[in-house]
Amino acid sequence: MTSHSTPEVVVTGLGATTPLGGDVASTWEGMVAGRSGIRTLDADWAAELPVRIAGLMADDPTNHIDRVKARRMDRSEQAALVAARQAWLDAGLDSDDPDRERVAVSVGTGIGGARTLVDQHDRLLARGPRLVSPHTVPMLMPNGPAAYVGLEFRVLGGVHSAASACATSSEAIALGLDIIRSGRADVVLAGGTEAVAFPLPIAGFAAMRAMSTRNDEPTRASRPFDKGRDGFVLGEGAGVVVLERADRAAARGATVYAKLAGAALTSDGYDIVQPDPEGTQQARAMRLAIADAGLSPSDIAHVNAHATSTPIGDMGEIAAIRKAVGEQPVVTSTKSMTGHLLGAAGAIESIATILAVRDGVVPPTINLDDPDDELTLDVAANVARRMEVPAALNNSFGFGGHNCALCFQRV
Amino acid sequence: MTRDEIRTGLADILEEVAGVDKSDVADEKSFTEELDVDSLSMVEVVVAAEEKFGVKIPDDEVPNLKTVGDAVTYIEKNAA
Repeated sequence: MTSHSTPEVVVTGLGATTPLGGDVASTWEGMVAGRSGIRTLDADWAAELPVRIAGLMADDPTNHIDRVKARRMDRSEQAALVAARQAWLDAGLDSDDPDRERVAVSVGTGIGGARTLVDQHDRLLARGPRLVSPHTVPMLMPNGPAAYVGLEFRVLGGVHSAASACATSSEAIALGLDIIRSGRADVVLAGGTEAVAFPLPIAGFAAMRAMSTRNDEPTRASRPFDKGRDGFVLGEGAGVVVLERADRAAARGATVYAKLAGAALTSDGYDIVQPDPEGTQQARAMRLAIADAGLSPSDIAHVNAHATSTPIGDMGEIAAIRKAVGEQPVVTSTKSMTGHLLGAAGAIESIATILAVRDGVVPPTINLDDPDDELTLDVAANVARRMEVPAALNNSFGFGGHNCALCFQRV
Repeated sequence: MTRDEIRTGLADILEEVAGVDKSDVADEKSFTEELDVDSLSMVEVVVAAEEKFGVKIPDDEVPNLKTVGDAVTYIEKNAA
């Protein structure tokens, strides 16, 4: 580097597998069209659950991974690998062949390999310890998805795995920004993954009364900001973005989606699961991210809200956005279409925010038929909004009081 | 059980667990060097073979089973 100033960071690749599609193009097309990826869980194991709807991956990750390799990977690891491969190719890194000591991975998961843990526990009880798979530990460890992504591309510049519940993959992207700014790597594969659509997590979230029980109307169940909202709908999938030092991307002629201009992390210090009703630290995360980007709140045209369709969370966030950003941003919650991907949510929603900035279109919040009386901001209700988006925020908040805001800017 | 039957049974396990092409499975082939079975997969192969052939293969015996032929001979001798 010839300059000692903080390097700028841009996004040069995107990858995703979601309930709306097996890649970014199909996911984005589904979002802009306002399609729901939520379906009835018709498997036998769901019959006795209070919640029988979810957003399963539209394209099973095992369709894209060698059979023998796939059987040694938890579903969350499979999804991360599929998304990371797409992002790597999309960024043109295959032909660029970067110095691997200058590439890092920051891919987190909210829950990780819980499916493997439960399956192998069942096996232990049924058939004894000798029949437990020797692949159990690398399948259930929460750094497993990041490690598999690192191995796929022989990454040598550090492999990291944030864990902050539903803020995980936004935090992972924020960490990626820090890694490049501090000079520890030039390219970071950043994002998150989640695949916990099976009985124990569903029963656990349902026991908290956090989930929608609108079992008869799956596509209408996730309805952020609507009076009829009754909890979140679980989704599964993964999202990975390629973050790259801007001068490196320019030098190799890479296609740049947007600039990751700023990020901020705060914590509520309030409750293990309830967000602080004052939203003080949510608002501060947004203000800090905007300041980190060198922008003013009035520059923010759009906010991709965390809004999960829970009665308390959605309106608290609206108040925090008003306080931190003002009245001008057009808000949306793409969870109305994908459901809540927990540790993958921040990455999927970052991708939606990046494409909103690039394409000048804010995807809709579907099912917003009867807006909450406290909804005092402009939401892109039910249909996509064509508009200039010079800069936008993506908010992610997690159980434990984790608040993360990312600021993306048009290039 | 004949040696051929044991070898065929092992080939099924090796294909399922480690993606080994069944036609590559022959007595002189080494598990780790020629068939590319890594250490964790070898554990799976051993446990699956115990189930399939009704034989005990103690952990301290596994290092002696270097080739497919070693395993066929062990199973032939020790199967119930």
